Amino acid sequence: MSTGTIISGVLAPHPPHLVYAENAPQNEPKAECGWETLRWGYERCRKNVLAKKPDVFIVHSPHWKTVVGHHVLGIPRCDGLSVDPIFPNLFRYKYGFDVDLELAECLYDGLKAAGILTKMMRNPGFRVDYGTIASCHLINPEWNIPIVGISSNASHYYFSNEVGDEEMIALGEATRNAVEKSGRRACLLASCSLSHRHFTVESAIPEDMSQEHIYHHGQYLWDMRVLGLMREGKCAQLMAEMPDFVEQANSETKEGCLTWLMSALGVPDYPAEVHGYGSVIGTGNAVVEWDPENAKATA
Amino acid sequence: MSIVRGYIVPGRPHPLLAPEKSPAWQSLRNAYDEVGREIAQLDADLMLIYSTQWISIIGHQMQADPKPVWTLVDSEWHELGEMPYEFNIDAPFAQAYCKAAQARGLHARTVAYHGFPIDTGSVVALKLLNPDNRIPSGIVSCNMYADRGETLVLGKAAADAVRDSNKRVIAVAVTALSNRMFTQEIDPKEDHISSEKDDEWNRKILEILEHGRLEDVSQHARDFAAQANGDQRMKAIWWLAALMGQNNRYEGRVFDYQPIWGTGAAIVGLTPAERASGDLEFDEEDVEVYTGDRNVLSGAGTVADEGSEVETSSTEPSIDGAIHAEKAPRPVGAFPHARRVGDLLFLSGMGPRTPGTDEIPGGPVRDENGKPLDYDVEAQTRAVIANLRTVLESAGSSLNDVLDITCFLIDMKRDFPKFNAVYAETFGPIGATRTTIEVESLPTPIAVEFKVIAAARQNVS
Repeated sequence: MSTGTIISGVLAPHPPHLVYAENAPQNEPKAECGWETLRWGYERCRKNVLAKKPDVFIVHSPHWKTVVGHHVLGIPRCDGLSVDPIFPNLFRYKYGFDVDLELAECLYDGLKAAGILTKMMRNPGFRVDYGTIASCHLINPEWNIPIVGISSNASHYYFSNEVGDEEMIALGEATRNAVEKSGRRACLLASCSLSHRHFTVESAIPEDMSQEHIYHHGQYLWDMRVLGLMREGKCAQLMAEMPDFVEQANSETKEGCLTWLMSALGVPDYPAEVHGYGSVIGTGNAVVEWDPENAKATA
Repeated sequence: MSIVRGYIVPGRPHPLLAPEKSPAWQSLRNAYDEVGREIAQLDADLMLIYSTQWISIIGHQMQADPKPVWTLVDSEWHELGEMPYEFNIDAPFAQAYCKAAQARGLHARTVAYHGFPIDTGSVVALKLLNPDNRIPSGIVSCNMYADRGETLVLGKAAADAVRDSNKRVIAVAVTALSNRMFTQEIDPKEDHISSEKDDEWNRKILEILEHGRLEDVSQHARDFAAQANGDQRMKAIWWLAALMGQNNRYEGRVFDYQPIWGTGAAIVGLTPAERASGDLEFDEEDVEVYTGDRNVLSGAGTVADEGSEVETSSTEPSIDGAIHAEKAPRPVGAFPHARRVGDLLFLSGMGPRTPGTDEIPGGPVRDENGKPLDYDVEAQTRAVIANLRTVLESAGSSLNDVLDITCFLIDMKRDFPKFNAVYAETFGPIGATRTTIEVESLPTPIAVEFKVIAAARQNVS
């Protein structure tokens, strides 16, 4: 078996609004339009990612929150109905996908061997979180490539942003090792927004774009700074600034997804491609792709 | 009709799914079962639940699916097993509660969707406290951004809906006390509160609750939450205290206090009593109507109530600046609700009539034959302010933008003190200028009317 590799990493935010606006056949509510710049960004990113023919998507989702360790989806097949508890009016989605159980077990074993508390989720009645579903749909709506799902451990909340980041760095390294050991060509999805202060009201027509804007100018400034660092290939600096970003922009990266991704990608020093940026109910969201193979080829 | 009993219960699934694994969890299960038996004797019409595990962002949500059916697997404790449920939700009450919340300025909506993920806390509480679904239930969410004021108003709106429903209601706050879980595996048999300090704080507030002093705990909830990492900043206590009348007139009973994976889990009962335990000391401000961050979007007044007809407001002024707010009470003559001239909004005289029904909150001042009636001027004044908010927000302005008010009362001697107190709750901090005049009568049988001038915002010009 050849050594596996991470063929791409994607910052893949999960606002259900994007799936709603697209009128995905799996989703019950229907929209007129909305959040096009982000959806078109996802289209471009999807095209790039699928062209690389990944064997598996590994997704880290902030909406599968766990306190006692990291949890990994450990059942061969997930089918169900995902209803967003915050926006049930927008997202009632029938999902079904295969889990790459071999890679999941490999990740679990690797984490255990590294002394990182991990659990396999083996309950067949488990409902997969809507963050995982939305991000995976947006990157591969055909659902024809298996998934490995990882929970978001709450160590950022229990200790500090710095401690949480250390935990996610270790998780990222273990993920990379598991991919290499498995022989898979893996695409990693960090399912999170950037700045993350929401409006607490919703317009009567949720997709009314005359009502959509970033919640606060400070969030926008932070988002642009973070995206600038990504575009310049300064991810080490981004990771150093992550605790401040989390504190000052109420960033969803607090959940660890982006730090995990940076770590798994070996802290990229090459430019990322920002496919799109836009606000969703006040939060800042970007679709960003790292292409390690291309970076290696052009180096 | 009334709250017949209040309870505080923990929402983690261990006492439901795995009591045998830990003496602490078994003890809680026994206490839960005892409370379930007690509740069965109460002849209640409704069990109303606020769960810290049902997190919302868009205001507050009320469950309105009459028969939600699902099998829940907890995202953290999936190895403990499944929680199949089929509940009996009082959907009309949910609608009424939603409207009561909106009337107090909250953003609220009902949810009635197959497969909606009812949270573990609500499921655990309902399965253990109401195992045969004999009592219809209601569930309300915990907004992650809500502060004390907003949560108090949510509790008071629940009290409004309970009063209007004429039901005997059991109020249940599903919350942990201290909420620091162990982040590592533990032997369940050795479960204990994760820190001694948390344990001491838990015991302190349980002692106060045992004396029936719910409002005292509500007043100190902020301190407790900061010191002991209280579950969702102890919002559940604020909601419960507001719903139960903000007093200390209860008989308290702590059925049990145990750890669940390091968190403080208590089962407490509060029975309304005749006599208060000690005097009330209010350290915190009280609030009747929510006036906070609910107008971020420029087109405010566009609340979509799921499961019912979507209401929209006329948010655009007509060519001549006249504003007709569809959600405000119908004018009683040929005039608009407001008119914009330059940077100012001039509102027509506004009374307390309820939009749509024309009912008068607090009752009319006279019957159809002109016979004087007893009426509640506080309720009327609150309703006037709520109507003003509707018109102002329809015009893209807000109560905070009010500059000048002329108030008309039909009985200055009788009504002024109460009117004045209610007025101060909202307009005291705003600092609008005011003139109050007694008049012999008003066009409809109401006791109070406001005439307002406000600043207009640029974005609706």
